[in-house]
Amino acid sequence: MRFLKKTYVFLIFAFLYAPILVLIVFSFNESKSRGNWEGLTLKWYRELFQDRQIMSALYYTLLIAILSSVIATVIGLVASIGIFHMKKLPQSMVLNLNYIPILNPDIVTGISLMVLFISMKMNLGFATMLLAHITFNIPYVILSILPKLKQMNKHLYEAALDLGASPVEAFWKVILPEIMPGIITGFLLAFTLSIDDFVISFFTTGSGVNNLSIVIFGMARRGISPKINALSTLMFLSVLILLIIVNLRMSVDNPERRGKNGRSKENGRYLPGIGHDI
Amino acid sequence: MKRHWLAWPYIIWMIIFIVVPMILVVFYSVTEQTGEGYQLTFRHFHRFVDPIYINVLIRSVVLALVSTIICLLLGYPMAAILAGREFSRKKIMYMLIVLPMWMNFLLRTYAWMTLLERNGVVNTILSFLNLPSLDILYTNKAVVLGMVYNFLPFMILPIYSVLSKIDQSVIEAAQDLGGNGIVVFRRVIFPLSLPGVVSGITMVFMPAVTTFVISRLLGGGQFTLIGNLIEQQFLSSGDWGFGSALSVIMMILILLSMGVMSRYEQDKGGGALW
Repeated sequence: MRFLKKTYVFLIFAFLYAPILVLIVFSFNESKSRGNWEGLTLKWYRELFQDRQIMSALYYTLLIAILSSVIATVIGLVASIGIFHMKKLPQSMVLNLNYIPILNPDIVTGISLMVLFISMKMNLGFATMLLAHITFNIPYVILSILPKLKQMNKHLYEAALDLGASPVEAFWKVILPEIMPGIITGFLLAFTLSIDDFVISFFTTGSGVNNLSIVIFGMARRGISPKINALSTLMFLSVLILLIIVNLRMSVDNPERRGKNGRSKENGRYLPGIGHDI
Repeated sequence: MKRHWLAWPYIIWMIIFIVVPMILVVFYSVTEQTGEGYQLTFRHFHRFVDPIYINVLIRSVVLALVSTIICLLLGYPMAAILAGREFSRKKIMYMLIVLPMWMNFLLRTYAWMTLLERNGVVNTILSFLNLPSLDILYTNKAVVLGMVYNFLPFMILPIYSVLSKIDQSVIEAAQDLGGNGIVVFRRVIFPLSLPGVVSGITMVFMPAVTTFVISRLLGGGQFTLIGNLIEQQFLSSGDWGFGSALSVIMMILILLSMGVMSRYEQDKGGGALW
């Protein structure tokens, strides 16, 4: 029975990792086509950094991910505090609106934003893609921060005021540290969603501004350059190393907090590394 | 405690970027542009009632349902094994399930093209083992495979998180009362895990029924799924009216299935639907 279980787990992992293995292996392939194997090479890793299309896509992917997640976190944080202090009825109305981008299929969010931008006579490009990313990121930030605000002891803030802190001081020194795990979870969620997004970016960008997903989609039918494989191998490895470091540090720092960190039950999308409780 | 005004910037943001776009889509779906401006019409919805398009919708729903069922059949045992007591390194196992999601989703789907090609990796292995070759690339089977591959973690994780929270003493009590393995599973464990199953089903079915990427890469033909049809209307045919009508239909479909699923969701906190 135990053997059967282990075999089953192994098979599922084999299924999940087979394509990734293929991608990594083919990044070392001498041949340009994905079919045949012509020996080991590192040339794709060298050429990768000279490829202007890929480098520009990488630049826009990272820039949009950083900008949109920072802006979404700021707007989301301010909005969460506002929503938290709202009366019951308007609060639930705002929260329901907030759910729309999460529940809506990506393709509907994408085309509705595209229709909006074109109707407003905006040129599709960097700005529209950034606005779209901020829009689909904020709801996740709010859903990460709001539970932390609700868990917080509300007398803490009053106590800070009684002890002579100004409201601004009380916010920075008392509230912010209390809800920090939620803010970080929200930020990381936003960052990963943005970096991985294809559908919404695809409909809201234009004039030569592409992210990596769009470049990959454009290449897919003709055959993807092994340079992309090389790039994703590098990105995959950096994430892997980062996760290992974070986990080692977390277990060294305070073992009893493991798993409790940033539990975000409200978030439907399970994202790697962003502490879901085990 | 009058800080509710802090929410206003975001409320305005939502109105501009969430509410107005939705209204625009609905608007385009029921109007057409004539010489003297926009006129109300149900032409676009009427156009949808054509066997070609109805079949696209049916195919989308069927493929998504099949993928969801396969994900459930593969994912439930996996979640149960991982949640079981004998697996010690749970954290690592959990990481291993989420880790693939860090590789670009399009690339992972594309890698299946390499695997499934006529002379691809899978067929090389099959012929090495003297097994008949598998020729499913650019068929519906490949699309289902792509969906199962991409969305399986969304089935495993919620079920796993519910199963690992079940109080072991409940299961022991059922065993003490004489239930054998099957009875304990059917009468105790499965009902308790239902919230996880429900959110797993939702999290697989929703993206599967709306995808246009997987079908574009792994499926044949152009009109594979409703997502492809919508993309086509906006990006190649420029028929916003019909595209908007299709989007409205898709939203209704999603709302309906959410409604159905939420009926089966017993305990709101446990399943982590969204």
